[in-house]
Amino acid sequence: MEQPNLIYIDKLARDDESIKKRLVEIIKTEFPREKKEYLQSLENLDYKKIEENVHKLKHKISILGLEKSYEIANEFEHNLRTQKLIDAKRFEKILIAISEYLKTI
Amino acid sequence: MDCIIIDDEETARVIIKTLCDEIGDLTIIDEFPNAIQAIKFLNENEIDLIFLDIHMPDFNGLDFIKALKNPPKIILTTSDTKFAIEAFEYDCIVDYLLKPIEISRFEKAILKAKKQQAIKISNTNSNALDHKNDFYVNIDRRLIKIDLPQIYLIEAKGDYIHIKTEDKNYVVHSTLKKIEEKLPESLFLKVHRSYIINVKKIIDIEDNSVLIKKDVIPVSRSKRPELMKRLDLL
Repeated sequence: MEQPNLIYIDKLARDDESIKKRLVEIIKTEFPREKKEYLQSLENLDYKKIEENVHKLKHKISILGLEKSYEIANEFEHNLRTQKLIDAKRFEKILIAISEYLKTI
Repeated sequence: MDCIIIDDEETARVIIKTLCDEIGDLTIIDEFPNAIQAIKFLNENEIDLIFLDIHMPDFNGLDFIKALKNPPKIILTTSDTKFAIEAFEYDCIVDYLLKPIEISRFEKAILKAKKQQAIKISNTNSNALDHKNDFYVNIDRRLIKIDLPQIYLIEAKGDYIHIKTEDKNYVVHSTLKKIEEKLPESLFLKVHRSYIINVKKIIDIEDNSVLIKKDVIPVSRSKRPELMKRLDLL
């Protein structure tokens, strides 16, 4: 499985450590909250909410350079419009990978 | 350009702020996690540009645009391509940026926004110049005529602007942005967020300031090239 990275954030921060630090901190705060909301929506089988949650998480996935995972998330979001949860397992693996990565930075 | 950001995701707002800092000449006046708060703000404030997320809970970006009577220029920021065609049906939409926003793509969008703003100001100024060489200001319930070429400096102070002319000074309850739209571009230039000067009245220029009459007026770094270009025309 592909690994999250900070290439986009590094490019954006242009060697400014304070910008990089701030962005990483915000992602570390926002991501667990968004993940929790997603899992809650999943438990409630609230498809509209799940779609919204996946959409929001997609941005974090792309910021962390996970191109293939982004495609999976896209597909998942698309399928959710017809109330299909077939990509949920794959999506959860992405979230776990990000959670693990965020502990290391 | 005065801007606001509307996005329910803090990460996205910080990224846009960072990109704006890179470009310069863009001032983020405020940021909002939802469209409702932004509408309240826009009812009381004028801005040039909005960075707007489409996908927000309750009230999405396109609903937000429909709710505005006189929308400023808007750059859409989204992770979704499905609204692209609909988006360009709105005249106010300058560009459509896909997240994560790349620096070079962001720069292009800002260039587009600046060009459109320049055309708008130029059209307004041309109209103003075609029709009149003076305007009226409301002071203590009196409408007072001011000859435009007589003005040498306009300064913003809180909710008021101070108009300085050869003979007299006037204090008017208005904004610099409103008066800028009434002034001919050939004569006036906003050199700082608080000052508009009559370029024909400049006595001398130093690095970051101009002398007009006895007033030393600061010139923003971003405005200096435009000022120098205008002086070449004199």
